[in-house]
Amino acid sequence: MATLAADKPAAVAPTPEAVVVRFAGDSGDGMQLTGGQFTLSTALAGNDLATFPDFPAEIRAPQGTLFGVSAFQINFGSREINTAGDAPDVLMAMNPAALKVNLDALKPGGLIIADTGEFTKRNLDKAKYDSNPIEDGSLAKWDVLAFDISALTIEAVKEFGLGNKDALRCKNMWTLGLALWMFDRDRQPIVDWLNAKFAKSPEIAGANIAALNAGHAYGETAEISGPLKKLHIDPWPTPPGLYRTITGAEAVSLGLVAGAQLAGLPMFFGGYPITPASAILHHLARLKEFGVTTFQAEDEIAAICAAIGASYAGQLGVTSSSGPGIALKGEAMGLAIITELPLVIVNSQRGGPSTGLPTKTEQSDLYQAVYGRNGDAPLPVIAARSPADVFECAIEACRIAVQYMTPVILLTDGYVANAAEPWKVPDPNSFEPFPVSFQTENNNEGGHVLPYKRDEKGARPWIKPGTPELMHRIGGIEKHDGTGNIDYDPANHQAMTDARKAKIDGIAKELGPQGVTLGEEGGKLAVVGWGSTFGPIRRAVDNCRKKGMDVSHIHFRHVWPLPANSGELLRKYDKVLVPEMNTGQFKTVLRDQLLIDAKPFNKVSGQPFKIAELEAAIEKMLEE
Amino acid sequence: MNDMTPIETTLKDWETDQEVRWCPGCGDYAILKAVQRTLPQLGADPKNTVFVSGIGCSSRFPYYIESYGFHTIHGRAPAFATGIKLANPELDVWLVTGDGDGLSIGGNHLMHVLRRNLNVQIMLFNNEIYGLTKGQYSPTSRIGTKTPSTPIGSVDRPAQPCAFALGSGARFVARGFDVSKNLPEVLKAAHAHQGAAFIEIFQNCIVYNKDVFHDFAAPKGAEDQQLWLADGEPMLFAGGTKGLKFDRDECCLKVVDVVDGDWEAAGVACHDVTNRALAHMLVELPFGEFPMALGVLYDDPRPTFESAVVAEKEQATTGKKADLAELFARGQTWTVGGTAQDPI
Repeated sequence: MATLAADKPAAVAPTPEAVVVRFAGDSGDGMQLTGGQFTLSTALAGNDLATFPDFPAEIRAPQGTLFGVSAFQINFGSREINTAGDAPDVLMAMNPAALKVNLDALKPGGLIIADTGEFTKRNLDKAKYDSNPIEDGSLAKWDVLAFDISALTIEAVKEFGLGNKDALRCKNMWTLGLALWMFDRDRQPIVDWLNAKFAKSPEIAGANIAALNAGHAYGETAEISGPLKKLHIDPWPTPPGLYRTITGAEAVSLGLVAGAQLAGLPMFFGGYPITPASAILHHLARLKEFGVTTFQAEDEIAAICAAIGASYAGQLGVTSSSGPGIALKGEAMGLAIITELPLVIVNSQRGGPSTGLPTKTEQSDLYQAVYGRNGDAPLPVIAARSPADVFECAIEACRIAVQYMTPVILLTDGYVANAAEPWKVPDPNSFEPFPVSFQTENNNEGGHVLPYKRDEKGARPWIKPGTPELMHRIGGIEKHDGTGNIDYDPANHQAMTDARKAKIDGIAKELGPQGVTLGEEGGKLAVVGWGSTFGPIRRAVDNCRKKGMDVSHIHFRHVWPLPANSGELLRKYDKVLVPEMNTGQFKTVLRDQLLIDAKPFNKVSGQPFKIAELEAAIEKMLEE
Repeated sequence: MNDMTPIETTLKDWETDQEVRWCPGCGDYAILKAVQRTLPQLGADPKNTVFVSGIGCSSRFPYYIESYGFHTIHGRAPAFATGIKLANPELDVWLVTGDGDGLSIGGNHLMHVLRRNLNVQIMLFNNEIYGLTKGQYSPTSRIGTKTPSTPIGSVDRPAQPCAFALGSGARFVARGFDVSKNLPEVLKAAHAHQGAAFIEIFQNCIVYNKDVFHDFAAPKGAEDQQLWLADGEPMLFAGGTKGLKFDRDECCLKVVDVVDGDWEAAGVACHDVTNRALAHMLVELPFGEFPMALGVLYDDPRPTFESAVVAEKEQATTGKKADLAELFARGQTWTVGGTAQDPI
């Protein structure tokens, strides 16, 4: 979707609206760090942006191998950016493997910047190249700028007396320096960051800064000849205010903290290390002053059970994981459902089944979230569409959990968790508080307290242990309507099952009507999405509409229960297309719940949708 | 336990209106009464007392105690208790589990609650069988136990609950049995211990594993096979006619005869509840050759998990303000001026 119009970026004029850059190297090359700092400089330059980190599951895969390639893609521009971009305009390839793995994605006529210092016989063999692609003419359809970044880096940091290995570690900063020059960026924020990061080893900071400066200087001198040209992307005209970049993992942490504060509760977070959810545990562990207790449990089951225990004792229990861990938590979710205790469960979805693709993105845990428990065990499911959107979704999850005394699942995915986007820093006072009031009086005058006496929402009272005179017992065995005592009576089980279902179904009534994200309320085609497909769907629908097609975009945040008007809304379109990064799970939910002929469009490659893929699907659907 | 103002209650105050649903003659009844008898003696306050259990016959226990109670899921009671104690360290939490619940499906959680030293009392009712699922052999069943799932006899070696607890890092390990008049004293010692207090309670399952502990836990006539331990006292049994001596050459305990009550002459050793090595020997004594070691086997407190969590949290938050606006704006930010219009 980047709009470098001509074949050669060097010849581009006027300035493009958006550019896609991909940094690719060995998993030990620091590509994610480079990408992160480039993202920061892009944000500071006022561009809109979206990023896509794509890294292997192995921490330090064997050097130079194809499976050890780590990449970071950023799309930035002077207009609204919805995705990390279909195809890079610029590929920074730090070794032959990085070139090979990423070449297919590169736009024809795009620019390859390669470190010839790494294109040795040994590395070419590891990347399974028979001959050196830089020399054999196989890269003819792209512009190639190949030079020995390794040697230039070693030369640049010579004065710091580092060993060869440490000197080469500065290569990523050299590359970043060049990128900063290419896009006319200020180096100072990166220099400040390096000084802060390596405050305890000034020589390492100095070497990295020297490498950064050397890369930048190289751009200036190399500009004279060859394909390298400086590009200035104008800032994106955004609403005024204070901004920062945010990843989904950061946003979910901030949203949970905000949600607990709005509920007036301390938060208890039970977690167990798992990719890509661990980042939430790491963030929250540093926020103790906000009344957050984090507990790294012995396993996924203990993590959710401890969170339920904390909720029982009067805090807001939260747990998070990814698909395999969520599977382990299933039985405990059932207990939270039958004991009707508030709980927020965050699932950062990844490719499955089983261990699947730990570092890749997918939306294939929707069935698990909606249907994946024993017994009739309904709970609300909310899905976040972007890193910034997770913040609001997390607050919403906390609100529903405490107001309805129910566990709530918040679905994000690897893409949302790791990707970054600019975020307008919200005013905490702009959110409506939803303070919790615990039951402290006997609600059954003259008798024993009724822990299952329901309010108008169908929610039971929240009674903390420690409250005088309200002692009672709860548990996972079916309980008597009202007293909560064990009760196997057939009519009672029917009544309690109905009550639990009615409570969750009832949430739909207060959600407000489902709106149309882009387009008209009715027409030939609605493209319906949920979760992180938001960006590509929006851009694809926008592009198709500009071509005159009758298509609208509807994006669901509440995937269970669906907003009350969902069926009525979708029936206003001739056709409904549901693109998903799974084999058609939301499509099934829509068909089941709304009896509409929703058509699937699926992709399960561990990669987000490309805009072009969606545009093609929309065109095909409209032609049929 | 916790330092709280003692409350005056009677046994009746701890009884619920629920009909007890254990089999007639089950050892659980005796344990329930012992606990209900002990709680008033502890000055326990029903509103601050929480019984947490897993799944199994023993885990129905909370329904019969008039306090707060949480009957959770199979094997996970320690994890729920951890959340409860971290959320409110003032609560006095008792865990009720069994040999299947605590050592099979929940073995992992039991290990970690002991290792972390959460300040709770853990009562493991050991009846060497799965009762509620109709009599399959359990991780504490002896080799050769014939059950519906092991019709020819079980072949795997049993777990030893107290050895497991010590190995997991428990700082308090005790033993009692259902009908023992000493059980309340054992429970009181457990409650007095600050930290995870592990109590194995031998419990007679009269339906599926009747009288397996009869040799030392029969209501009458088995006293000679009981070694009731007391800190600083000689380890005597069989009416003081026998005792345990530490054999320095073989580095083990041996049974010796005591003549005319002169235990010193017989070389009988004194119990020391803080001696971890001794505790390891006592929990491993093979019954038959040795009596069953009962009472407080080990008691040597260390700082509790929740106190460490609270202290760390206090330290980390000192001087910090919970300012959401500041939190949201952490990291590098930039300001966009007031002239731009919303492009969407």
